[in-house]
Amino acid sequence: MSIEFTPTEMMTIAAARALTNDDVCFVGIGAPSAACNVARLTHAPDITLIYESGTIGTTPDVLPLSIGDGELCDTALCTVSVPEMFRYWLQGGRITTGFLGGAQIDRFANLNTTVVGDYDNPKVRLPGGGGAPEIASNCGQIYITMALNKRGFVDHLDFITSMGHGEGGGHRARLGMKTKGPTRVITDMCIFEPDQVTKELTVVSIHKGVTRAQIEDNCGWPVRFAAEPVETPVPTTTEITVLRDINARTKKAHEAA
Amino acid sequence: MNRVLRERDVARIGTLSAAIEENVRDGDTLAMEGFTHLIPYAAGHEIIRQGRKELFLIRMTPDLIYDQLIGVGAARGMKFSWGGNPGVGSLHRFRDAVENQWPRPLEIEEHSHAAMANAYEAGAANLPFAMLRGYIGADLAKVNSNIKSITCPFTGEVLAAVPSIRPDVSIIHAQRADRTGNVLIEGIAGVQKEAVLAAKRSIVTVEEIVDELNPPSPNAVVLPTWAITSVVHVPGGAFPSYAHGYYPRSNAFYIAWDKIARDRDSFTSWIKENVLSGKPEDFARHVTRRTANAA
Repeated sequence: MSIEFTPTEMMTIAAARALTNDDVCFVGIGAPSAACNVARLTHAPDITLIYESGTIGTTPDVLPLSIGDGELCDTALCTVSVPEMFRYWLQGGRITTGFLGGAQIDRFANLNTTVVGDYDNPKVRLPGGGGAPEIASNCGQIYITMALNKRGFVDHLDFITSMGHGEGGGHRARLGMKTKGPTRVITDMCIFEPDQVTKELTVVSIHKGVTRAQIEDNCGWPVRFAAEPVETPVPTTTEITVLRDINARTKKAHEAA
Repeated sequence: MNRVLRERDVARIGTLSAAIEENVRDGDTLAMEGFTHLIPYAAGHEIIRQGRKELFLIRMTPDLIYDQLIGVGAARGMKFSWGGNPGVGSLHRFRDAVENQWPRPLEIEEHSHAAMANAYEAGAANLPFAMLRGYIGADLAKVNSNIKSITCPFTGEVLAAVPSIRPDVSIIHAQRADRTGNVLIEGIAGVQKEAVLAAKRSIVTVEEIVDELNPPSPNAVVLPTWAITSVVHVPGGAFPSYAHGYYPRSNAFYIAWDKIARDRDSFTSWIKENVLSGKPEDFARHVTRRTANAA
């Protein structure tokens, strides 16, 4: 019997699968946080989750609404100050994987969470970078998860908040960065990975029931597909149960106070 | 510039209105810190009630507290690194100021979290600037003239440099003070210690004033009374953020704020009813747990 699932559930579960037990993961709020905790509650029970509020090795029972909810500190191995977090742990090179979301992304996985339009006279003022500029450069590699639509996947970014592969090719290396940058972008329709040489995002896996035309219609640039994209395995019963349980616990907790 | 050495004065323990009156002046650079946790809301409301103006605000995550100060027109500018309502969306008063100059234009100086954290630490360390391996390939360096670079004299590596943060006054909230004004902070400690030590003057509002701090661990964050200007007892003073061990974050209020702040009139009515007609003691009703030293 096949399980019913929504595109967002597929996205979160596909994102969770990218993580391993050995990862030390710097977790962004929202969709990345859901994916990281599903990974921890399924195939990666020993993963180390770190939030920029200073909580190291946290194991929240409900997903935090904010990056510094008390739940994160209560369930952490330890909690350090914010300067220590950014200096010793992130800049110190101890994080294997950063997991980010964003408002807008381009074909080289650069992210914009700052402004739409001109910086000094913006059409839309977004929250800004927060930890992302240095997460993007200092983590061993970066995963990104966001829903695929033309508002988010754009041909041109008005502002680069955090650098992915810049102009493509060896741009990161030219700027002296030794980390890999974005290695996977997980959406609700498909999974992209950067081309090994050009670094342009390429569809390597398509979720069940999604067509190439749908992906092309929802992306702001002409989409490149790998020679033989695979079909993303559908969620297992365990994965979908864990995700729905944590979402239900979270909803109840956030509405309570 | 070097810090002027002060006498080893102890903190003055008094009322919130007196502490704001004595320490926060029109035109000041003001840092009110607390990373999600321990945000000094009661002090923010008192600043609004006292009608301070032309403030230059500093805070990593402006949060609702600065959305309120910006919305009433108390701020001429703001230095920050993430200006959203966490997990909810936009700070509408901040956006209205930047997009439509309402109620007045807001000068912004935007950084990353790493740069702000380093800049506070440099301020506390009495250094003129902070350096970090940051802003690589990021456009913020193009729009913020306070992001520069410095070359390591030993390796030749080019690093980012930002001015240290040296507020006229910093305000934080903490769990407890003892009767001489030594302050204990537990849980997510953010940049509060750095903000206080970087500032010329400082105010700490606390949940409780107790005979003994009784820190659960000898390594808990303690700010000695002689490093603080004023200590004020304001139970519930961090609501709708939280005080670890006292009351949880009101995620429901953060969600509700989206609707209140989206509209100029509903924001203004909310300020009238809850801030201008309010007083610091109103915050005590938000304390839901028995205090640590309750009789």
